[in-house]
Amino acid sequence: MKHWIAFWSIFLKDVRSYYLKPPNISWGIIFPLAWTGMFFIRAGRGLESIPDLLPGVMTIAILFGTTSVLAVTITFEKRQRSFDRLLLAPIPLDLLMLAKTSGAILFGIVSPFVPILIASFLADLSGVAWSLVIPAIFLISVVSTFLGLFIAVSVSQVFEAQTFSNFFRFPMIFLSGLFIPIAALPAFIRPLSYALPLTYGVDILHGAVHGGNIMPVALDFLVLGAFCVGLFMFSLKKVKSAIH
Amino acid sequence: MPSHKSAIIEVAGLTKRYGEVLAVDGISFDVSEGELFGFLGPNGAGKTTTINLLTGLARPDRGTIRIGGIDCTRNPKAGQHLVGTVPDESNLYPELTGYENLSFCAALYGVPKQRRQRRARELLDVFGLTAAADRKFETYSKGMKRKLTFAAGIIHEPPILFLDEPTTGIDVASARQVRQIVSDLHSQGITIFLTTHYIEEAERLCERIAFIVNGRIVRSERTADLLQPVQGKNVLRLFISDSVANLFQDMSTAFPRYEFQSASDGQLWVESADPINLAPLIRFLEERGIQVSEARRHLPSLEDVFVEVTGIEADLMKREREKSGGGGAGRQ
Repeated sequence: MKHWIAFWSIFLKDVRSYYLKPPNISWGIIFPLAWTGMFFIRAGRGLESIPDLLPGVMTIAILFGTTSVLAVTITFEKRQRSFDRLLLAPIPLDLLMLAKTSGAILFGIVSPFVPILIASFLADLSGVAWSLVIPAIFLISVVSTFLGLFIAVSVSQVFEAQTFSNFFRFPMIFLSGLFIPIAALPAFIRPLSYALPLTYGVDILHGAVHGGNIMPVALDFLVLGAFCVGLFMFSLKKVKSAIH
Repeated sequence: MPSHKSAIIEVAGLTKRYGEVLAVDGISFDVSEGELFGFLGPNGAGKTTTINLLTGLARPDRGTIRIGGIDCTRNPKAGQHLVGTVPDESNLYPELTGYENLSFCAALYGVPKQRRQRRARELLDVFGLTAAADRKFETYSKGMKRKLTFAAGIIHEPPILFLDEPTTGIDVASARQVRQIVSDLHSQGITIFLTTHYIEEAERLCERIAFIVNGRIVRSERTADLLQPVQGKNVLRLFISDSVANLFQDMSTAFPRYEFQSASDGQLWVESADPINLAPLIRFLEERGIQVSEARRHLPSLEDVFVEVTGIEADLMKREREKSGGGGAGRQ
């Protein structure tokens, strides 16, 4: 019970202090809108292209919504040593890291509903397999958040966190099949696409929204789950080794 | 004063190296339940590293740590529920108010909502911060930040408290208030492990003191026992007009019960187990052309013991105090 009081307090504090701040909310709305507009114009097609673009835009919303805040806030708390307070508390380290990341996961889950809401006014989404979309959104949020955590625990300065985040995020936009199909990429780059977690999340969404998945959905879920566990365990190990 | 019971902090052969630097070098000590134990040493002596090792912010290379009978050497989490920590930096959350910070810190230790709200209000009152309770921490002055950080360390009512330089960097009045609170907590039976480089603070507060220099404990004794050899001494400091280097032989012959020592800045130190008779001494010096402009009685203190044991000049500690801009424990 005591652990859950701590867990809940960390979660609430982070949501209030970081995620419900106007800049973050606008980031979660404006950024996906900008990307939607950009690819819509670039596609040069009519409203019928929306289902093709939607999975990529949803994924971008999740990726940027989760990694932007988490990577910076943890690095900031490490710098000003308030993170030490959490390490001094009698909470298991894995529970502590889950508490620190659950705000970002929640924000990641909510973010893609902005483009979904907009798309619902412009296109027919009646054929969308929501039973796949919802778990996919959840897993993409978790994997993106843990990627943010991995970045946060790997750097010591806030500016490093921002640079390192972009080192992962921008290649993933172009290599994970968000807007450019993997089949359309040069053959020598494709193996890199399959090494990125978002590839599997976007594939589920493509399949669920317009039936355009390239891998079996079960495999997508399995690999995405494995990335979640792997990134979390690696981050945990980094935090433990930081207490040296 | 509470009666001391069994050891609640047990440390044996604790060693910690950071790269080439041996920060803590095989130290061993026990702290009894209810005791106020001081770690006194200059900056960089290994005080904060020791606290980090004991609280779980660092892992030892060698040695063992037991807190409240629990082996915390490899699993520091096991003993963290018994411990409160006031770090050397005020590291609360700038975006939260004073009240929210305390309430949040209590929640980290699983304190239920109503109890932590009551406790937060109570501590804000104790530390004189009630008027600033709803102001953000980032707007607090340095002294207020330090006091709130202290309050956050005891919000969950821990039986063991680690205080890392609790009065460093704050004004004299705040430092005095913090020292009073430390005394009050001690009289309530809380075990306190305090690090400081303020000699007077250690002397005034601690029942037992360990001198730590270059990561090693060079002496650890009850404060009264440390002071005992110097307390019977009479020491006079004379401010003189000229060097007395060539008069030592004559002075020792004329005053065989006194010990003389001269300092380079025109001072003559006179030490004796008996009361020092000033008039014959001044007459003796003036007859030899040495003018005595001032004579001051020096009260032997822990500073003298510290200098004798560690070889570190008290001036160095004072300079550090000035550098840290603190109220410290100046003579009040």
